[in-house]
Amino acid sequence: MANVPVHEWTLLEAARKIREKEISSRELTGALLARIGALNPKINAYITVLPERAAAQAAACDEEQAKGSLRGPLHGVPLGLKDIFCTRGVRTTCGSRILHNFDPPYDAAVAGKVLAAGAVLLGKHNMDEFAMGSSTETSGFGVTRNPWDLSRIPGGSSGGTAAAVSSAMCFAGVGTDTGGSIRQPASLCGVVGVKPTYGRVSRYGMIAFASSLDQGGPIARTVPDAAALLSVIAGYDRRDSTSVDVPVPDYLAASGKPVKGLRVGLPKEYFGGGGLDPAVKAAVERALKALVDQGATAVEVSLPHTSFALSTYYLVAPAEASSNLARYDGVRYGHRAEGAAGLIEMMSRTRAEGFGDEVKRRIMIGTYALSAGYYEAFYGKAQKVRTLIRGDFAKAFEAADVLLTPTAPTPAFRLGEKTDDPLTMYLSDIFTIPCNLAGIPGLSVPCGLSADGLPIGAQLLSDHFREETLFAAAGAIERAIPVPRVAPLEG
Amino acid sequence: MTITREEVLHVARLARLALSDAEADRLREQLGRLLDYMKQLDRLDTRGVVPTSHAVEMGTPFREDVVIPFGDREAILSNAPDRQGDFFRVPRIIED
Repeated sequence: MANVPVHEWTLLEAARKIREKEISSRELTGALLARIGALNPKINAYITVLPERAAAQAAACDEEQAKGSLRGPLHGVPLGLKDIFCTRGVRTTCGSRILHNFDPPYDAAVAGKVLAAGAVLLGKHNMDEFAMGSSTETSGFGVTRNPWDLSRIPGGSSGGTAAAVSSAMCFAGVGTDTGGSIRQPASLCGVVGVKPTYGRVSRYGMIAFASSLDQGGPIARTVPDAAALLSVIAGYDRRDSTSVDVPVPDYLAASGKPVKGLRVGLPKEYFGGGGLDPAVKAAVERALKALVDQGATAVEVSLPHTSFALSTYYLVAPAEASSNLARYDGVRYGHRAEGAAGLIEMMSRTRAEGFGDEVKRRIMIGTYALSAGYYEAFYGKAQKVRTLIRGDFAKAFEAADVLLTPTAPTPAFRLGEKTDDPLTMYLSDIFTIPCNLAGIPGLSVPCGLSADGLPIGAQLLSDHFREETLFAAAGAIERAIPVPRVAPLEG
Repeated sequence: MTITREEVLHVARLARLALSDAEADRLREQLGRLLDYMKQLDRLDTRGVVPTSHAVEMGTPFREDVVIPFGDREAILSNAPDRQGDFFRVPRIIED
């Protein structure tokens, strides 16, 4: 471990070294800002970088520490946030031109929590526009590139966060996941990503895409780092009516627990399809072997409605999005079209100018699915199938404590490879979507590299509020299968 | 499933989206293909199935009906594309 560059430290190491005064927050923050200055022009993981604000925050942390006070477990540690979390006084775009000038008057619950824990905010991460995408190619601020291969996409929608973490432009970040947007980019960038149980992390101030599916969660380089960060951001919040008031367990401790006796379910529907890359299948099988070698038992389970999840999701999510995105009308904030003669023309042109193609497509599908005469046939039907999908998981968790699957069917694909065909792009989320429909937690942990040296992730799923089981299983896989967590980039 | 150009334009009006001719044509074709795919749900018998609107069931939470002032009116109004004093200004509502 000699001479590991500071930016490659884990989140927990960085926090400890600040606490023990081995390094100041100013020095650490300066090193990360220098790293961002060198790499971000190539990778474009940040929409906004905050050098002055971060330096001032770091100096304040150092001063407080000199007087003997620490803000919290992340005192002085530089982090980034997906640009979907409102940050007071820091432009928040959600990856969209329609919010290119939006200056939120308040902090999202997640932003408030990481700042209260002492974190220094380095900047805001790039993302697919309004989190609608699987490649970060729909961003209104340019595509993010995969640090492992700059000709490839980082996944999405939290592609900026996953790329920033895997290129060591921050120690960790917080993303959001509506149908796989934390887990899929984590898998494609070789880092750890967690989608908590719906209701575990407050959605207050997190710009809404599909309200019944959206959930914020950590992206980090190790399982213990992700566990520690989830403990910071989880918890009840009266400002989010779907926030659930249950205690936050010690996730970090859970990540070191043994897996002896753990029942690992393998959903047969996730391994049978033709779209699964053989290298991904082999890597996930190695992850299973790692768990079995440590005393877990494997059981086959069935989730019979899996093949209906994509259709269900692409009706439910756009329907909710079409309603949530009605607020972008050029009246109170954001872009407004010039020179309209009347109100409706102003709104229609503002939205035409401000939204990109994918967002328009989803607003159109959602509006269609909710419109008079089609509601029952599309949205109503999808909500019923959602009940069947939830039932599949409830049954599977009678036989298994945790499910193990691939996170994504293939390693990272090339820029532009799937932009022409929406359905092909949507299929890259086929293994992650059912989890959001059921509201259960999911985690992606690196479990190998392809022949081309691209990262592969294994997905773990557990029952509602059983994140501890995910962390235990992921920790066991991580300790058994060492995979480099910082992309081999020359800076 | 065939979607007509009129349907596309109707939905776009409901969604307050101005579309170019090329966008309307493209969306007509793409929506038709996506909805075709989604029609697979009709293969499932969902009679008697209760729809899910939220994944974690917890009922409707109640709270005291108290006013919590935000306190920073200027931070909100300073985002306005067009403002007049403490008001958001918009183009005329009744169009000719």
